[in-house]
Amino acid sequence: MKRVVYREWRIAPGRYWSILGILAAVIAVAALAFGYMEHQGHWVTGMNNSVVWGTPHVFAVFLIISSSGALNIASIGSAFGKPIYKPLGRLSGLLAVALLMGGLLVLVTDLGRPERLIVAMTHYNFRSIFAWNIFLYTGFMGIVIAYLWTMADRQGEPFNRPVSILALVWRLALTTGTGSIFGFIVARQAYDAAILGPMFVAMSFAYGLAVFILVLMFSFADDDRPIGPKMLRRLKNLLALFVSIVLYFTLVYHLTNLYVAENNALEYWLLLGGGIYTFLFWIGWVLIGGLLPLGILYHPELGQDRRWIAGACAMVIVGGLATLYVVIIASQAFPIQMFPGSTILESGFLDGVNGQAAPYWPTIPEVLLGLGGVAVGLLITAVGVRVLQFLPESLADDLLPADEEQPTAPTAQPKPV
Amino acid sequence: MKDKTDRGGPQVDSSRRKFIGVAAGVSAAMVAPGVILHSVSAAPRSEPVTSAVRWGLLVDTAKCADGCSACVDACNQENGLNLQDKPEGLSEPKWDSQKALWIRKIKLQDNQTGRITNLPMMCQHCEHPPCVDVCPTGASFKRADGIVMVDRHTCIGCRYCMIACPYKARSFIHHDTNDQLTRAPRGKGCVESCNLCVHRRDTGEDSTACVDACAAEGHHAIVFGDLKDPESRISQQLRDMPSRQVREDLALNTGVRYSGV
Amino acid sequence: MAKAVFRASLAAVGLVWVLAAQTVLAADAKRYVVEGSRAAELDSCVEPTERMRRMHMDFIKHQRISTVHEGIRSTKYSLTGCVDCHISYDAQAQPQPIDRPDQFCGACHAYVAVDLNCFDCHASVPNHAGLDAEAQAAHRAAGVKLPDQSGRNGESH
Repeated sequence: MKRVVYREWRIAPGRYWSILGILAAVIAVAALAFGYMEHQGHWVTGMNNSVVWGTPHVFAVFLIISSSGALNIASIGSAFGKPIYKPLGRLSGLLAVALLMGGLLVLVTDLGRPERLIVAMTHYNFRSIFAWNIFLYTGFMGIVIAYLWTMADRQGEPFNRPVSILALVWRLALTTGTGSIFGFIVARQAYDAAILGPMFVAMSFAYGLAVFILVLMFSFADDDRPIGPKMLRRLKNLLALFVSIVLYFTLVYHLTNLYVAENNALEYWLLLGGGIYTFLFWIGWVLIGGLLPLGILYHPELGQDRRWIAGACAMVIVGGLATLYVVIIASQAFPIQMFPGSTILESGFLDGVNGQAAPYWPTIPEVLLGLGGVAVGLLITAVGVRVLQFLPESLADDLLPADEEQPTAPTAQPKPV
Repeated sequence: MKDKTDRGGPQVDSSRRKFIGVAAGVSAAMVAPGVILHSVSAAPRSEPVTSAVRWGLLVDTAKCADGCSACVDACNQENGLNLQDKPEGLSEPKWDSQKALWIRKIKLQDNQTGRITNLPMMCQHCEHPPCVDVCPTGASFKRADGIVMVDRHTCIGCRYCMIACPYKARSFIHHDTNDQLTRAPRGKGCVESCNLCVHRRDTGEDSTACVDACAAEGHHAIVFGDLKDPESRISQQLRDMPSRQVREDLALNTGVRYSGV
Repeated sequence: MAKAVFRASLAAVGLVWVLAAQTVLAADAKRYVVEGSRAAELDSCVEPTERMRRMHMDFIKHQRISTVHEGIRSTKYSLTGCVDCHISYDAQAQPQPIDRPDQFCGACHAYVAVDLNCFDCHASVPNHAGLDAEAQAAHRAAGVKLPDQSGRNGESH
C-alpha cells in the first residue's frame, strides 16, 4: 500500500485570490444585509408573528446538519475502520468545522438582539433543547479540531480511534438535537414528531456528503489532482444510499400523519393544497432532492460520468434547501389547531381564518444573509486547504489504501520524510 | 373612576389587604388633578410574589359579544400597544402580521353543528409553559404567582418560544419603538406577551384592563382572580359552571379557562 | 420630515453640547443634574453622589431582577425613579427625554462614551399616572410636595 501524501492546495494565486475575493464579497453583502435587518428591525424581512423563523433558518439548519454530515467520511475511515476513506478524513473534518461556523453565524445574526450573544453564553436554561444545542455545537467544534489533530499529527495518532468514536457519537447527538428543536414542539402538528430526530440525521448524511463531494471534485479538478473511478464510485453509491434513506423517512413521516385523523388536514394541505409548499415538497424535496439524483447515481452510464455525479450532488443540495424550507416554514405557516373540529371565521391575529395558511415570503436580505453563511463555510475551507495539508495529492485507484482494515497490516502509517 | 364590578369575594390575603389600605391612604393624601389613566397610586409591592396565589382568568364565551373588541382595545391602551408605529413603506397586511398584539378576538364555528362562539385569546399562563421550557436563556419564565412573562433584559430574540406556544400568544417586536409607557417597556428585537397586567398586580389593583373593559361594556365575560383562593369569585365560578382549557390534551394546566367551548 | 429635522437638530445640539462639555469638564468635576429637575433641588440621590456615580448601574441591574421576577417595585433603586426625578421640562412643560444628549442620563453617558440602552425599551419620560407634565406643573404651582415613595433625598443612608 502506498503512503498517502497531503499537500496544500496549489492552484494559481490569481485564481485562488479571485475565489477568495468572490466569497469575501458575498460575505460583505451578507454583512450589509445583517446590518440592515438589525438596524431596521425584522419588519424588513418576510418573517412575522406567525412564521417566526424564515429563510435564514433554512440556510442555518442546512449548514449545521451538512456540517455533521460532512464529518461522516472521516468517521467511516477511522471509527468504522475503512482505510480507503482515510485520505479524505482531513478535508471531511475541515468542512465540518467550516460549515458549522457558517451555519451558526447565520443563526446568530438573525437574532432579535444579536449584541446579547453573551447573555446566551452566560444564562442557560437546561430544559431547553436550544441550550443543549449551544453545547453540542461548541463541543462539536472542539472535538473535530482535536480529531483533525489526531489525523494530522503523528503524536495524535494513538488517540485517533477514540476521538473518532467520540466525534461520531457527538455528531449523532448534534443532528438528533437539531431535529429535536422541531421534534419536541407539541404546539405545531407538523413538528411534534420524534421521527424528525433520525430524519435530520439521514438528511445530514445526504446533504453533508453532497457538499463534500462537490468541494472535493472542485478542489481536485482545479489543482489537477486525480480522483480515481473507484473512490468516486464509492462516494456516489454512498450518496445514493443516504438519499434513499431520506426518502424512506419522508415516506414514514407522511404515512404516519396520513393514518392519524387529526393530521389529515395538515397532510391534505401540504401534499395537495399548500401552493408554494406543495410545489417545494413534490418538486424540490421528492423530485430534485430525491428521485432525480437517485436515478442519475444508479444509472449505468450517467452514474459513471463525473459531471452527472456533480449534477446529482447539486440537486441533493437544492432539494435539501427545499426540504428544510418545507420542514421549517410550511410547518409554521399551517395554522395551529387550537379548536379541532371548528373553523375559525374571524381572528385578530391571523389564526388561520377558514384554514388559511400564515403569510410568508422571503425577502432579499434574508436570502443574502443565508448565502453569506454558505460563503463563510467555503471561505474557511478554501483558506484551510490552501495553508495546511488537508488534501491528499492523489485519489487515483492504485494509490488508495485498502478497503478494509487488515488485522496484521499497519494502516496508512506515513513514514518519516 | 375605576370600575369595581370585578372585585373578588372576601379578601383572605391579609398582606394584600394591608397594602391596599396603604394604597388608599396614599391616594387620599395626593392632590391629583392630572390623573388620567386610572386612579392608582397604590403602594407598590415590597415583598417577593409567592406561590400562595395563582392569577387566572375565566372567560364565559356565552357572554362574549360578536363584534365587540373592548378587551383588545383596552389591552392595547393599557400596555401601550396602540403606540406602535407602522414603519414607513410597510404594507398594511404585512404590518398586521408583524405588529405586537397581546389579546385578540377569535370567532369560530363548529364544523358539525354550526354553532358560533366568540372568545378572547391571549397567553394562557400555563402551569407548565412550553415557552419557558424551550427558552435557551431562561428569559421566558413563570413568576411565583403564575404569571408567564418575558424578562426582556435577557431575551436574545431567538423566537423559539413563539414556535413552542400552542396558543400563538407571543409577539416579536419587529420595529423600532418610541414613546413607551413607563409601565410597559417595549423594544425592538424582544418577544413579549400578555402578563396579566403585571404592573397592576404589583400595585395591588383588583383586575386587568381587559376585564375592566369587558365589564364596562356590560358583558362581564371575563373574570380575573386568584385560582388558589377557594373563596375568590373566579374559583367559585369555576366550581359552578363547566369550563375547560384550550388544548387540554397538552396537559399544560392553563391559568385561563373557557366555558362554553 | 419634521421629525427628521427635529432629530437632526437634536443630534446637532447633542454634538455641540458634548464638545462644550469636553472643554468645560476637563477642569472640574461637572454636575450633570439638569436645572429644573426635581433632583436639582435635592442634596443627593438615593445614595451619596459619589456612590451613585460609580454604582448606579449595579443598583438598577440588581433591582431589575427583583422587579421583573419578584414583582418588587417599592425599593429606592428604580429606573422609573431616575426618570421621575431627573427629568426636566421645557417652557411648554413638556418633559425632555432623559437619554437625550443634553439631558441627565444622555449627557453623562455621552461624556464617558458608554452605550446607554435602558431607553431602547423603557420610557424616557415619566408618563405614568399621577406624574404627567401637567400634574407635575400643577403640583409645583400649588407648592405640593410630590409623593415620595422611594426614600430619595438620601434619607435612607
